[in-house]
Amino acid sequence: MEEKALLKMEHIKKSFTDVGVLSDISLTVRKGEVVSIIGPSGSGKSTLLRCATLLTRMDDGELCYGDMQAVRSVDGKSVYASREELKKVRQYFGLVFQNFNLFPHYNVMKNITDAPVTVLGHSKEEACAKARELLGMLGLSDKGDAYPCELSGGQQQRVAIARALALEPKILFFDEPTSALDPELTGEVLSVIRKLASSHMTMVIVTHEMQFAREVSDRILFIENGLVVEEGTPDSIFASDNPRVRDFIGKIG
Amino acid sequence: MNTTFFQLLSGMVVSVEIFLLTLLFSLPLGLLVAFGRMSKNKILQTIVKIYIAIMRGTPLMLQLIVVYFAPFYIFGLKISQGYRFVAVIIAFSVNYAAYFAEIYRAGIESIHVGQYEAAQVLGYSKRQTFCRIIFPQVVKRILPPITNETITLVKDTSLAFVIAVAEMFTIAKQISAKQASVNALMVAGLFYFVFNYVVAYVMEFFEKKLSYYR
Ligand SMILES: Nc1ncnc2c1ncn2[C@@H]1O[C@H](COP(=O)(O)OP(=O)(O)OP(=O)(O)O)[C@@H](O)[C@H]1O
Ligand SMILES: [Mg+2]
Repeated sequence: MEEKALLKMEHIKKSFTDVGVLSDISLTVRKGEVVSIIGPSGSGKSTLLRCATLLTRMDDGELCYGDMQAVRSVDGKSVYASREELKKVRQYFGLVFQNFNLFPHYNVMKNITDAPVTVLGHSKEEACAKARELLGMLGLSDKGDAYPCELSGGQQQRVAIARALALEPKILFFDEPTSALDPELTGEVLSVIRKLASSHMTMVIVTHEMQFAREVSDRILFIENGLVVEEGTPDSIFASDNPRVRDFIGKIG
Repeated sequence: MNTTFFQLLSGMVVSVEIFLLTLLFSLPLGLLVAFGRMSKNKILQTIVKIYIAIMRGTPLMLQLIVVYFAPFYIFGLKISQGYRFVAVIIAFSVNYAAYFAEIYRAGIESIHVGQYEAAQVLGYSKRQTFCRIIFPQVVKRILPPITNETITLVKDTSLAFVIAVAEMFTIAKQISAKQASVNALMVAGLFYFVFNYVVAYVMEFFEKKLSYYR
């Protein structure tokens, strides 16, 4: 049976001051799927995620989360839903940044519980219980009272993942979650993402870790110059006869 | 001797009052001015820019005189005795708000855009983002320049003498003229020094309190 689409992006276009970044990209993600996005630097991977997470305004295209339409295309221009509707849409997804963006003045516990309490109106006890559960799962049980500046990069990124998970998003985006980390810290973050994948968390991951993408993804998109050059299962991508894809994978992986 | 002491004491009280009231009004006002300065509305932004330029570009002493005489020259109102002190508080607050505004602005602009983006994705409203995420970090960053301005304010309170408000310096000058001795002025100098020492101590306490994170 086909699972239902959690995310549907259609014909996304975006340019910055006349420089086309996304030419025409479509992406559908179904429940439980792990999709990786790979491609050379400057190809528009981050821009695509930023459009999906409403951080960047797309010029044209459609964006749906479940039954909610966040962006419609009208006469070749994007039309965004009302602020109230977008607020609901934002609860549908989470985003993990390359450079964590934890709140430095809050300790780990507060970083994780503040949004559930402030934004969703959960009780403090409820939020703390959930946070402790997440910290346990991510191997950070003893770090609840620590401040971000007291943590390693790998620990900070795991806290950022916990912070996103605390809002129980249906889909989680990662923008190069390990590329700000030393090689020895990359593993601990990747293994957390693996764990999420095995619990059927729906995820879209921009990454330069080819072997990881191959192993964890159900589907891989290769993007170049704002277009999807190739899309398919990891095996088909890694066996691609497209010279651009082969070249890229050969260089990085 | 005794009356001299009480005169100085009353001057001291007035100086401290000017200091505290100016901080009370100019710190929040400065934040509003900073918002105006950073506003997307070009007209508002320009007006605020001009205001800041005037406040920083002309002597505070002159601003005091203007504020004091404005009701008479502009509106033809009779200036009452009680207005002296009010004029001082208005002039000081409006002047210091301009300086504080630029400090706030620098602080707000120094916060990494990632903090806003993280908050937005987590669903915080604009107001929640500013109050819970941005402003607390701004306060920590701007404490050192705020301390500098505050220390300058302590010494600037003596400028109130130009419109004959009986603060510490005004009184010390009167006494020393009468006694033909600089003793009273020395006492005034000591007062400003101790006052600033206390201010620096208090600000350092706040800085330490906020040093729990980087
Ligand atoms: N805010 C912006 N203003 C102007 N140009 C931008 C902006 N953001 C991105 N770009 C440009 O858009 C292009 C795509 O950028 P993007 O960050 O999406 O690439 P990427 O695939 O994520 O690259 P990387 O692998 O280096 O992270 C780049 O040429 C970049 O310079
Ligand atoms: Mg990128």
